[in-house]
Amino acid sequence: MGNIKFLQGNEAIALGALKAGCDFFAGYPITPSSEVATTMSIELPKIHGKFIQMEDEIASLAACIGASFAGKKTMTATSGPGISLMTEGIGVAIMTEAPVVIINAQRGGPSTGQATKVGQGDVMQARWGSHGGYPIIAISPSTVEECYIYTIHAFNFAERYRIPVFVLSDEVVSHMKENIDFTSVSLPTIINRKRHNSNDEFLTYNTSDPRGVPPMVDFGERHLTRVSTTTHDKRGWATKNQNDINFLHRRLYNKIMSNREDIVMYETDIDVEAKTLVVGFGCSFRSSKQAIIEARKTGKKVSLFRPIILWPFPDKELKEILRGIKRIVVPEISWGQISEEIKKLVNDNIEIVKVNHVDGTMITPEEIIEKVL
Amino acid sequence: MSTEIRLAGEGGQGLIKAGFILGESATVFDKKNAVQTSSYGVEARGGESSSDIIISDGKIYFPRVRHLDILLSFTQITADKYVNILKDSGKLFIDDDFVRVPKNYDGEVFSFPYIRTARSKFNLVIIANIIALSSIAYATNVVSIEALRKAVLKNAPEKAKDMNLEAIDIGISFCKQ
Repeated sequence: MGNIKFLQGNEAIALGALKAGCDFFAGYPITPSSEVATTMSIELPKIHGKFIQMEDEIASLAACIGASFAGKKTMTATSGPGISLMTEGIGVAIMTEAPVVIINAQRGGPSTGQATKVGQGDVMQARWGSHGGYPIIAISPSTVEECYIYTIHAFNFAERYRIPVFVLSDEVVSHMKENIDFTSVSLPTIINRKRHNSNDEFLTYNTSDPRGVPPMVDFGERHLTRVSTTTHDKRGWATKNQNDINFLHRRLYNKIMSNREDIVMYETDIDVEAKTLVVGFGCSFRSSKQAIIEARKTGKKVSLFRPIILWPFPDKELKEILRGIKRIVVPEISWGQISEEIKKLVNDNIEIVKVNHVDGTMITPEEIIEKVL
Repeated sequence: MSTEIRLAGEGGQGLIKAGFILGESATVFDKKNAVQTSSYGVEARGGESSSDIIISDGKIYFPRVRHLDILLSFTQITADKYVNILKDSGKLFIDDDFVRVPKNYDGEVFSFPYIRTARSKFNLVIIANIIALSSIAYATNVVSIEALRKAVLKNAPEKAKDMNLEAIDIGISFCKQ
């Protein structure tokens, strides 16, 4: 029979979060993300979870970080303007190692921009938004079904690596409705954070592994959890000791980057004779996939690469499929951000052709096909 | 085989909801694939509003309509604007009182008094959306009437179920005349 629903991307994100075990949501409504909050506000009370509409986005992420240390699986949802307010909190979550999932349904333009129109201009904001330098994880759904599945992945990454994880959706993917058959989706195993369950001495950041992720104890449990946003030692005390500083910063970096093979997700559609490679993500992947289907019907040879995890960027994986490629076409609803990342990977023999919209509309397959050699 | 549909008019006319019901008819009840996207301003009422639905037996990648098979327009502005992307074989559905057939358009037209009938029969203008959906389903088979009935009932509040079923019958009767 199946269990088919015709759902909005934002609703699927909320249902994915609940499936992953999310039991705390704090947020402030903003188009085009609000339906995530609406759905959580309806569903969380049914499972004795907490939904809080906060006074703003700064407080929303702060509440999620606090609740995370209290043992909850937490999520907030916003759009670019809200992420701008949350950037301080993102740094806090990085430094204190708080598992939290942040949904960014991207809209167009800087500042309040275009509320109801699509954009993809927050990719570098997700990467570099907070100060000081740190790795981050961002995952990018293109379909309603992926909104559901990838939000579960986002929770798994957050719990496994104790890090804020972005789900970088966009107005099209968040607002569009599609069918999803819940009986046939293949879901990842749910991962929960490692906990320190014994009465043995507990240090908040107790790991000697330079790539390690320390186990957690909930606030109010049998041990004291000491959390500091200042560079700290294993006890959570602020430190000026060079070795401690070095160890912490390297561990925060390496716990992600030395595990990138476990994190990176991508999709390819290769024609070995292709001279053109199209690289598309989010809603622009849908334009790209349609474009290569139509281009191939006219006899053109073209390949497709789709980064699903945007950060850490699947650079090695992209490089591996560049044999014979003379041109890389990168459609983005921004001035081009992933295209800049690709430029770092290729030499002058490969031409990067950017296809950019900044008018709040999707890039059409025709605009991509035009650029295929 | 894929069908592209645009339901266009003003905010408050229930066209985005109609698009959702059409999508649910096609997917949950007719077991096809569908994608719906909408375009609207920040205002709750007024302002141009349109709902795009693509229905297909196969996978749908690009979610926006490009070559319409079906266009429903409740306003002159949207009819004039979008008739250009209606295929030669496409079908235009317009409100009989509010929309004239756009100049230079010589394709198939279904012009019915959706809004007038909704007002006179139910004293409720918004149900024009269901009458229109039903005429589209009957005239084009894009979704089965059976699926549409189920989807409409699923979305209607208890006290409005009979009225919605009657609206479906009116839409069918328009086409039969």
